[in-house]
Amino acid sequence: MELRINGVTREVDAEPDTPLLWVLRDNLGMTGTKYGCGVAQCGACSVLLDGVVTRSCVTPIDGLAGHEITTIEAIEADPVGARVVAAWVEHQAPQCGYCQSGQVMAATSLLKQNAHPTDDEIGAAMVNLCRCGTYNAIKAAMRDLVGVAKTADADRGAVLATSAVMLGAAGAVLAATRGEGSEAADV
Amino acid sequence: MSEAPIQDLAELQLDERPVNLSRRGFLLRSVGAGAGALVLGVGLNAGSARAQAAKTFAPGTRVPAFLEIRADNTVRLQSPFVEGGQGVFTAMAQIVGEELDIDPSAFVVENAPTGPDYLVVNGVMRITGGSMSVRTSYETMRRLGALARHMLLQAAAPRLGAPVEALSTEPGRVVHKASGRSLSYGELAPHALDLPVPDPTTVSLKSPSQFRWIGKGVARLDVRDKSTGKAVYAIDERVEGMLHAAVQHAPRLGLTVGAVGNEDQVKAMRGVHSIHRLPGAVAVVAERWWDARRAAEALEVDWREPGSDSTLRYMPADFSTEAFAKSLAASQIKVDEAEVKGDVGAAFQAAKTTIEATYHSQFVNHGQLEPPSALAWFHDGLLELWFPNQAPDMFLADVAKRTGLPPEKIKIHSPILGGFFGRHFLYESANPYPQAIELAKATGRPIKLIWSREEEFHRDVLRPMAAVQFRAGLDAEGLPTVVEAISATEGPTEGIAGKRQGLDPTALEGLTNKSYAIANRRIGQRYVKGPAMLGYWRSVGNSMNDFFYECFLDEIADAGKQDPFELRLALLKDNPRLITLLKAAAELSGGWKRGPYKAPDGSRRARGLGMASPFGTETAAIAEVSVEDGRVRVHEVWQAIDPGSIVNPAIIEAQVNSAVALGLSQVLMEEAVYENGLRTSRNYDLYPILPPEQMPRVHVKIIESGAKMGGIGEPGLPAVPPAVANAVSHLTRQRVRSMPLSRLTFKA
Repeated sequence: MELRINGVTREVDAEPDTPLLWVLRDNLGMTGTKYGCGVAQCGACSVLLDGVVTRSCVTPIDGLAGHEITTIEAIEADPVGARVVAAWVEHQAPQCGYCQSGQVMAATSLLKQNAHPTDDEIGAAMVNLCRCGTYNAIKAAMRDLVGVAKTADADRGAVLATSAVMLGAAGAVLAATRGEGSEAADV
Repeated sequence: MSEAPIQDLAELQLDERPVNLSRRGFLLRSVGAGAGALVLGVGLNAGSARAQAAKTFAPGTRVPAFLEIRADNTVRLQSPFVEGGQGVFTAMAQIVGEELDIDPSAFVVENAPTGPDYLVVNGVMRITGGSMSVRTSYETMRRLGALARHMLLQAAAPRLGAPVEALSTEPGRVVHKASGRSLSYGELAPHALDLPVPDPTTVSLKSPSQFRWIGKGVARLDVRDKSTGKAVYAIDERVEGMLHAAVQHAPRLGLTVGAVGNEDQVKAMRGVHSIHRLPGAVAVVAERWWDARRAAEALEVDWREPGSDSTLRYMPADFSTEAFAKSLAASQIKVDEAEVKGDVGAAFQAAKTTIEATYHSQFVNHGQLEPPSALAWFHDGLLELWFPNQAPDMFLADVAKRTGLPPEKIKIHSPILGGFFGRHFLYESANPYPQAIELAKATGRPIKLIWSREEEFHRDVLRPMAAVQFRAGLDAEGLPTVVEAISATEGPTEGIAGKRQGLDPTALEGLTNKSYAIANRRIGQRYVKGPAMLGYWRSVGNSMNDFFYECFLDEIADAGKQDPFELRLALLKDNPRLITLLKAAAELSGGWKRGPYKAPDGSRRARGLGMASPFGTETAAIAEVSVEDGRVRVHEVWQAIDPGSIVNPAIIEAQVNSAVALGLSQVLMEEAVYENGLRTSRNYDLYPILPPEQMPRVHVKIIESGAKMGGIGEPGLPAVPPAVANAVSHLTRQRVRSMPLSRLTFKA
């Protein structure tokens, strides 16, 4: 089948129920998108589907024809993505770096839809796991991106009282990827 | 493969070092890697007449094994330490760059191949662990930079028409001040290559007052690649003609493979190449990993109990962590004493008050985000391997032993790590590379084996469980005169070895050798061997033992009607380093304030304190907590850390944040549970790790006391769990004596 990835149409020889993650990594050799859990818990596999963050490990390629897929490999071609990467570098966000492709995709998705999210909105959207605990650096980068004046506290990252949208059910994500309830995705 | 515990490595004899025989290949590859690159000193290896065989060089002194200076004045450095998030590639560039006199941002750092040149940990071994990298190689790596600088000065002398003594350097250039002439390092590198490496004792190092980069928050070298998906981890490696593999492990360790009921059906599944029986596992090889994984999960294997003559570690069908915790607490196994001071019996008799308590820790997983993988490729008489590891020469020796291949026919690549936290040492049954080697041999194809997250949580080695029985005696003033701590546990080192080899220091670190002035003490272990596979987890024994000790110290304070901060000041009054540290933590938090008090948002909060002395560094942490709907929320963590002296304060602050997150994750929510011999959780859904919304603000104060340099990667962890638990105990009046807190219900 044909998939539109980073502005290029790619012919892919894979069964329709194959998760997009493995088509990207194994069929197309695009390994910037990471496998962490396979069950939409960690977010390391995040990509953009029509600009909206999506967990590719539970997203079968069936139904993706006609949609625009953006991966970390093309993130700097997007002006918002380029700003996010610059903020990640400025705030020295990554440690081991393994989750950061997904973190950058989640941040880009949020800012593309809401250029000035509140702290609560940032907290609700930025739910990907990081075992290195780079959460405060990520929060600082996000606050910088949304134009919050830098203070000592902001730079260390504010505690967000909001509860995160947890993506426990793969089904919810699948529904979201098909545009049937995007409120369930982390946007 | 399990017989090389960490502390034994320091005793490695020189003649036992794994021999590096891939050196020549490495250097040729170096030449090819950068077109037009000028390899400093490559002549030493590519046929130079100079008799400078590797064996005449002490580790960390043969400049060309480490450095390549290119025409564009960039520097390629082979790091003896693997980058896994702790920032060591950047630290190495800072340290070498300081003495070489070139900006660390000009460096491209890679993980070095195996070989004796890189055994720079105290000059005898190579391991990225124990928070040892910078502190054990600091002088060696500085001297390496100074040696290279000296070679460039020597090469410049005839070209600038001046003696070496008349030359100096500015970053990246050799300068003759008298004439104003200069040459770049890139221009000089091809001439420097013909020069012998000077005697390391003849070069002098800078004084710290001259440092340009050491001590500064130099930007990390890897953040852009890691923010754009370009960083390559083991799981991303690929070679031509490669097949993918997935495994289904036995549900309990020690079971063997019997019949595979649906073998023909699985063989007919999409993309499946072949099915293979391995020790304790069945593997599926396929064209794509997703196909291999689906097929491996579909296998219906008849798992068999081991015979009575089996030597495998065996997980019995009736094992449960809940029952194991009880049996640890009730253990009557004899006590092996690790530390005895004063007269413990007499001190208890003389005590005005005696208190006692039993504490528990849980099994925890490493949970690094990158699942383990291994790529094995037999070709041209060689075995090439890519897999995550913290000690490539130790793995080389193991692969040689397993395969019967001579070490020179094995080439190990050690990519950057997607987190490690102690996960990637040699652990019997917890590494995928032996399976990948078997599969590559059986199929005649390169094989990349990835363990699914579920197989990883199943086979990961665990931080040990312990039950510690404390007793303390207090005098009439409420001050402790005697403390006894007896831990029923199996230490990680003896767990890996599978047997008792005398006392295991990693079982009791954090309980032994405390700095508090308590004259009488008895610290010991009951060695209780369990069925779970154990390993090193960030901060190792300290990760639980400082929780136990520091929480019990708060119990002592309460029993003696002392404030816990004032009690610690009293017990440390003759230790100026720790007094300074403790006061700095308090000051960072705005002054010690135990609470409870009402926060501006209306919540009721309290603060707790913990201290630790892990890996040569001293730490003190204060945590502020509240309880919302019975659940603990940590709002702030203030931590003062004294590693003696430092290289990069920005990386230290990041590492303390990271260690705080892992320490909180452990104390708040993590627990690997077994019921009926089976893990109840094999992914992040049932084994939650700290999510972003539970990350507190973290405030870090770095103190450079000038004491001997300590570690950084792990030390920020151990003081955090007790600081949180002590705050919760005080706030709720419910004494916390076990982790994780998610098991407990709080009323406040």
